[in-house]
Amino acid sequence: MSAAFKNFMDWIDARLPVTETFEKHMSKYYAPKNFNFWYFFGVLATVVLVSQLFTGIWLTMSYVPTAEGAFASVEYIMRDVDYGWMLRYMHSTGASAFFFVVYLHMFRGMAYGSYQKPRELIWLLGMLLFVALMAEGFFGYLLPWGNLAYWAGQVIVSLAGAIPFVGEDLAVWVRGDFNISGITLNRFFALHVVLLPLVLIVLVFLHILALHEVGSNNPDGVDIKKHLDEDGTPLDGIPFHPYYTIGHDLPAIVAFLFFFCIVMFFYPEGGGYLIERPNYEPANPLKTPELIVPVWYYTPFYSMLRAVTFPLFGVDAKFWGLVVMAGAIVIPAVLPWLDRSPVKSIRYKGLGSKIFLAVFIVAFFILGYLGTKHPTAERTLIAQICTAIYFGYFLLMPWYTQVEKTKPVPERVPS
Amino acid sequence: MIKNMLILLLLIPGFVFAVETAIPLDEMEPDLNDKASLQRGMKTFMNYCHACHSLKYQRYQRTADDLGIPHNLMMEHLVFDPSAQIGALMDNVLSDDTAKQWFGAAPPDLTLYTQLKGGPGYFYTYMRSFYEDPTRPFGVNNLLFENVGMPHVLLDLQGVQRKVCKDIPKLAANGGEVRDPLTGESVSEEKCGEELIERGYSPLGLVEGTGQLSLEEYDQVIYDLANFLYYTGDPSRQDRERIGIYVLLFLAFFYVFTHLLGREYSKEFH
Repeated sequence: MSAAFKNFMDWIDARLPVTETFEKHMSKYYAPKNFNFWYFFGVLATVVLVSQLFTGIWLTMSYVPTAEGAFASVEYIMRDVDYGWMLRYMHSTGASAFFFVVYLHMFRGMAYGSYQKPRELIWLLGMLLFVALMAEGFFGYLLPWGNLAYWAGQVIVSLAGAIPFVGEDLAVWVRGDFNISGITLNRFFALHVVLLPLVLIVLVFLHILALHEVGSNNPDGVDIKKHLDEDGTPLDGIPFHPYYTIGHDLPAIVAFLFFFCIVMFFYPEGGGYLIERPNYEPANPLKTPELIVPVWYYTPFYSMLRAVTFPLFGVDAKFWGLVVMAGAIVIPAVLPWLDRSPVKSIRYKGLGSKIFLAVFIVAFFILGYLGTKHPTAERTLIAQICTAIYFGYFLLMPWYTQVEKTKPVPERVPS
Repeated sequence: MIKNMLILLLLIPGFVFAVETAIPLDEMEPDLNDKASLQRGMKTFMNYCHACHSLKYQRYQRTADDLGIPHNLMMEHLVFDPSAQIGALMDNVLSDDTAKQWFGAAPPDLTLYTQLKGGPGYFYTYMRSFYEDPTRPFGVNNLLFENVGMPHVLLDLQGVQRKVCKDIPKLAANGGEVRDPLTGESVSEEKCGEELIERGYSPLGLVEGTGQLSLEEYDQVIYDLANFLYYTGDPSRQDRERIGIYVLLFLAFFYVFTHLLGREYSKEFH
């Protein structure tokens, strides 16, 4: 390092703790050395977030947030803006990629018990991120003003109408109108491009800050801070930079981008799953699409909404469906207090945890699939069973994590 | 790691939305490299379709450039709107209100039609499925889109199609073709309408001498038209796929180096 550069950094560091921050969070942040494949998805989510922010900013430059102009402006971006198609497809593929990596990131946390003490706040902040991401996706989905998006928005906002007494007024308040209209589009635009990106960035910042306070978990659930060398650094830890940034994550990011680009350049519509066909005609309040279903990343929860088909306590089934759906989205938040196991990782948990997790994942996939289909009597029954499994995984956890026999956790990270 | 990623990629739903249609769609493999086909398709479109169906998201200039049509020829032979300049959107002047009075519904804009229908197959099948039906206002109906408000604009070219009965091979209970036990020849039976469709045969027959084009020539006209609309659905498709190849090659190349670099780092602690 040249003397001039050192002088420059000294000058900066005396005024802004750049070096100190870099060391604390990167070069002297010790992460367990046994991270595996599942530890890519946090950094990949960050990559996608940055991509979404930048493509989003550029899309905003040509997008017209009015009912009259929105659809045509998207086609203007696709045809007349230089590389506009690339910006648009990066953003639309990015939305699906975001949920894809976030679901895997959450699965990692569940499998390795990353939510357990002392990482409860990381998990809670992560759950807030997930809900914010769902809202961000929902608001953004309406913006191209496609017909399916319009009707899906209609269905989801009208759910609020099922809440007793205040429902209808609430739905009107959310829409700003008696139907989804240009007014709704305008406010969704504001929420999508200003409020929620801010919320997401702040939450990501807090999520990482909380992580770096307590340190990362690992596939074995071993606490690496128990065994330190004479300098006080964990024996089983390695500096995040450069070992994880360049050594572990960079190839993963490139590999991820490779698969991302296959979809984005060659299958941007994803067979009608990433951009659905009815969205190629503009919103039309008089023309209901044959099948109204949300995008794939919401379908497991949509299935649970539809699985509730019976009224209760004199209140409409739709309301209880809403309760079940909302419950399904937020119930993972209490995982840190449901898991009574003395061990963190699925590697050392007992058979009960393993079976429950496996069945839970299968049920989640089935729910996701059913959410893309017309409901029939059989499908509804299967969705009800899977909904029960979904909640069973969480609500029975205090029981099965306590009664099962766990394996002993090694003191150090096994090499 | 690549292996793991490939496994994950398999989790992405590979199935596609199956759209229920009244009759099975005919195969139509579009070819954007066939500029002559696209140009013929555009010619047919501008002459027969554009008066009612706009292409309001697409511009003349972009189309001319992509299809290799010189601007002056485009303006002379393919742009019929005297007020339109080469950079204009390919809109038309038929108002929705007028259209509703004439046809009962406004003709849809066709820029994105093949995207909306999940490919050009629907359009290709639709344009070949008109048949004579005196009960309809324009004297024609459509197998794929029952009671469609649109007249058969290309009737002069195709000629009149009628629902007919056809002799088709008789099927045995086990699904195989019935053969005459003595001669070994297949036995045929007469089927009509729905039953023909179920067996994969068209229930329509062309009345000889009513159209200007032969069956093959008409199919080619519709192929070109469908190909052209496939182009307008996503005019950047060829650019996208060409650039995509280079991007993937670069990433694959770059991956090798990041992987080797990463391996050097992990040697230090494993």
